[in-house]
Amino acid sequence: MEVSIENLSKSYGFQKAVDDISFKVDTGEIVGFLGPNGAGKTTTMKIITCALAPQAGDVKVGGVSVQQNPEEVKRHIGYLPETNPLYKEMPVIDYLHFVAEIQGVPKAKIRERILEMVNVCGLKAEKHKKIGELSKGYQQRVGLAQAMIHDPEVLILDEPTSGLDPNQIVEIRELIKKIGREKTVLLSSHILAEVEATCDRIVIINKGQLVADNTANNLRKQAQDKEIVKVTIEDGTHEEIYQALRAIESVELVDVLPRNTMAFEIQSRAGMSSRRAIFRMCADKGWTLTEMTPVERKLEEVFRDLTVTGNTAGH
Amino acid sequence: MNKIWIITKRELRAFFDSLMAYVMIVLFLGFSGFFTWIFGSDVFLVGQASLQSFFGISYWTLFFFIPAITMGLLSEEQKSGTLELLVTKPVTDWQIIAGKFLAAFLLICITLALTIPYYITVAGIGKVDHSAVLMGYLGLLFMSASYISIGLFTSSVTNNQIVAFLAALFIGIFFHLIFGLVGGSSGGWFASLLGGLSLSTHYESMARGVIDSKDVVYFLSIILAGLLGTELILSRRHSSN
Repeated sequence: MEVSIENLSKSYGFQKAVDDISFKVDTGEIVGFLGPNGAGKTTTMKIITCALAPQAGDVKVGGVSVQQNPEEVKRHIGYLPETNPLYKEMPVIDYLHFVAEIQGVPKAKIRERILEMVNVCGLKAEKHKKIGELSKGYQQRVGLAQAMIHDPEVLILDEPTSGLDPNQIVEIRELIKKIGREKTVLLSSHILAEVEATCDRIVIINKGQLVADNTANNLRKQAQDKEIVKVTIEDGTHEEIYQALRAIESVELVDVLPRNTMAFEIQSRAGMSSRRAIFRMCADKGWTLTEMTPVERKLEEVFRDLTVTGNTAGH
Repeated sequence: MNKIWIITKRELRAFFDSLMAYVMIVLFLGFSGFFTWIFGSDVFLVGQASLQSFFGISYWTLFFFIPAITMGLLSEEQKSGTLELLVTKPVTDWQIIAGKFLAAFLLICITLALTIPYYITVAGIGKVDHSAVLMGYLGLLFMSASYISIGLFTSSVTNNQIVAFLAALFIGIFFHLIFGLVGGSSGGWFASLLGGLSLSTHYESMARGVIDSKDVVYFLSIILAGLLGTELILSRRHSSN
């Protein structure tokens, strides 16, 4: 069941929270939803889950509009809000029972679903405790359990791993990946490594506008049209090597790395590669090439470029 | 209907889990019992086998207790954000409102049911006007439903329980007392209009054992107005927040 966001806009007063955003999430796909604080991620997710009405545009879940038939849409969505609101005075198992009932899980299957969620989310020892007595990480698990209790086609998760310890984060990521094979998952996160590890595709928004929609690899490539390699060359003097590197036709810039004097970072001209030339040069001069690694731009840098330049462009 | 009942069940459990229900029941039975049997114009002083004094005192105790029951129904859920999660489940605003209304109403029903021994005792003492007692209880139920509806409305307006409580009392006191006082103390069409809006007039006519369709329509209108107001506030929160 695919989710398509179509020209969605929403403003609070004069401030535009979401400004004409469109993207799609297909079945069997996990999409990471990124953006700085206040970019409009949560607002978009609230609109998808029918907690908020859009001002312009529409969201369709399995072809059904959230404005025309919210009841139908709600049946297929599992939602974990960022603030993870729970009835603190209720025991875990009673709460899950309540959510299962209200989601319309058939009576005969409720027990089975609760047990499965308790197992999957690791709540076995805590199931009879009151939610308010649990630690933040366990409450987060309860939040995940309630979102998945009716085995929804679409999962909308607003920062699902916040408050979890590293082991739990790995477990939950695996769980999300497993679910994402058959279901449609949209998750927001601040942790870029997490998004890279779990998501098939990344959507980045900034100030309510869509700035990128691509796979992590493509995003990196897009941002990096010039090849950068790090090389270490031995058996020659530093000055000689430096000059020889600069003499290569395709090399645009040679950066001396301070810590290891024999290491250089070489940026090639746009669309050109210098790796073969560097190797040949070393062979000709009798130097030894002990390291050559392509320098990949980190997703963090791509993210910064996309969201910070957007900021400065406005000034 | 099923969805309404699911919400009602949860609210009722919350009432009893938080001890709210027990405190309410004990205080209500204590107050009404004290004034019905022991103090003031009690059954023995009046010397009649009737529950008039009980209905008189319940009229006031429920007036104060009901806002305490309803104050958290929506305000707490808005404050903690659970309402936002609830509206993403396949339930309508009306089902949420009806479920919560029903939960508070059932709590009042349980409380009033526990006073049935009073009736049995009085019936043992002398000849009781059974229909008057029945009408009296019916009047209390109608009155309770009206104040629950008002309390639910004030609870939807704010995130603060205390504000919801005081606002419900403030709106309630007009129906409970002020309209009646003003309507009775001056003349003219406006005064008679206010007198007609007074809840006490309608309640008293019922407590005397007379049922008039006018009274029923009056109570039902207050209930409906409160629920409609609540729905209006909830749906506006959807589109603006």
